[in-house]
Amino acid sequence: MSELTACEKLELIRHKNRPTVNDYIPAIFTRFMEFHGDRLYGDDAAIIGGIGYLSDTPVTVLAQVKGRTLEENKKTNFSMPHPEGYRKALRLAKQAEKFRRPVICLVDTPGAFCGIEAEKRGQGEAIARNLYEFMTLKTPVISVILGEGGSGGALALAVCDELAMLENALYSVISPRGAASILWKDGTREKDACEVLKITAEDLMRFGVCDKIIPEPEGGAHVSKEQTADSIYEYLVDAVYRFRQADIDTLLANRYQKFRKIGMFTE
Amino acid sequence: MAIEDLFKVVKARFVDEQPAQTAEKDVEIPQDLLFKCPRCGGVVYNEEFVRAMKVCPKCGYHARLTWKERLDLTADKGSFREFDADMKSLNPIGFPKYEEKIARMQQQCDMNDAIVTGECTIRGYRCVIGIMDSHFMMASMGSVVGEKITRAFEYAAEHKLPVVMFTASGGARMQEGIISLMQMAKTSGAVKLHSDAGGLYIAVMTDPTTGGVTASFASLGDIIIAEPKVLIGFAGRRVIQDTIRQRLPDDFQSAEFQQNCGFADMIVERGMMRKRISNILKLHGFPKEVTGR
Ligand SMILES: [Zn+2]
Repeated sequence: MSELTACEKLELIRHKNRPTVNDYIPAIFTRFMEFHGDRLYGDDAAIIGGIGYLSDTPVTVLAQVKGRTLEENKKTNFSMPHPEGYRKALRLAKQAEKFRRPVICLVDTPGAFCGIEAEKRGQGEAIARNLYEFMTLKTPVISVILGEGGSGGALALAVCDELAMLENALYSVISPRGAASILWKDGTREKDACEVLKITAEDLMRFGVCDKIIPEPEGGAHVSKEQTADSIYEYLVDAVYRFRQADIDTLLANRYQKFRKIGMFTE
Repeated sequence: MAIEDLFKVVKARFVDEQPAQTAEKDVEIPQDLLFKCPRCGGVVYNEEFVRAMKVCPKCGYHARLTWKERLDLTADKGSFREFDADMKSLNPIGFPKYEEKIARMQQQCDMNDAIVTGECTIRGYRCVIGIMDSHFMMASMGSVVGEKITRAFEYAAEHKLPVVMFTASGGARMQEGIISLMQMAKTSGAVKLHSDAGGLYIAVMTDPTTGGVTASFASLGDIIIAEPKVLIGFAGRRVIQDTIRQRLPDDFQSAEFQQNCGFADMIVERGMMRKRISNILKLHGFPKEVTGR
């Protein structure tokens, strides 16, 4: 396992060649087909949804889409979903439940989008509804954080039976930059904030938030897309196999407990 | 929009989630003589303002209450039995000066964390009640808030009781890092458990209901009530303003705005709240208790 600090990891996940779901989906799933729209308002390109095979198992894939070029990012809004993105994800998750397909969530977002339209269409309600419904979705849900796990916008696709993180991925309640401006009134001190916030995969393993760490090639995921995709694939095949063995009641009881037990207090 | 602008947006959003200290100071004039409304800027004698249950007589803004004031206005006298009164926060990520901040808040607000939960009757109807108090670290949600809410819903599910939750929050509590984010999932799961058991949940959104609380249990009520003119939203107003680079309309993210957008069932004035809640409980078939006092 790497000895990198949180802020070194932050540099790595911002690397311009860091693979995105556009690299991973074709490498991990076969015969993937995309489904569009939330059936309520529109289609949000910040979240891809669809079905395909993982090895020989049909699965539903929900993935947040970071672009690598400005052009791509304009289309996917820098992977900051609107409410219709989360509602599309929920629609497809319900569909997966109906047809007993495991759900694979690939998380990579700075956060849910903040804007007038997002507020008008109920960004808060959309995220809340996902947390609520995914908690009792009667099919296995596996989430993998690929790069940035930005707050509620990431959590909306991370109420799951098992949360895995790529070795250099980060998952945080607030961006390091945001924390720095609150802590020291100085957003440029994001590197210091990085260490304070405890946001690496290793940190999150200790808190019981992250369950598995998927290794990246020496130097980061961009060094070998293929090798990283292989590691994710192997992890997912194993996880889906394990969670499909459990009966649904046990699965849901364990999922509830996974989140229920997180918290630190005295009484 | 340039990438740099977006980063600014994200940064500003998080800054916005923090306590609105300045606004708070405007509300609580030190000499306790005058109330200056943060919404309309109107100034009235504090005595008059308090007599009006802290509703601005000029614009109808429903100002923030302490948990005790809210409890007195809501529960039948002497009916309240508190849950988990001694629960206190730890410092899970070793955040600088967090313990000191908590200790100071505990002293200032006469509560151990930003929510009080318990059981009470409202005009004779028994329910589980939760009251968030924005004076305590802007009622941000950390381990204690998350755990108390979760237990309240679990208790209500077990005892077939309705839940009435007065929400107010600046969002997740940054000082508890990822643990605070997880409270969103945990509380939403508890609401689901209560709902699947047939429980009735009335959420009452008070000033301000924002961030991670709007994005979890606050938005999940079977019935969502809002107090007039209060702030309800996900992202901070300033962040959005920075994104679009123009002034937002004054009613943006108000209770009225949320009702128009379809996210609140009704807006109820403070003076009518007890009656409205008890009527809803009655309509759902809960029995009226005859108190022996
Ligand atoms: Zn006013």
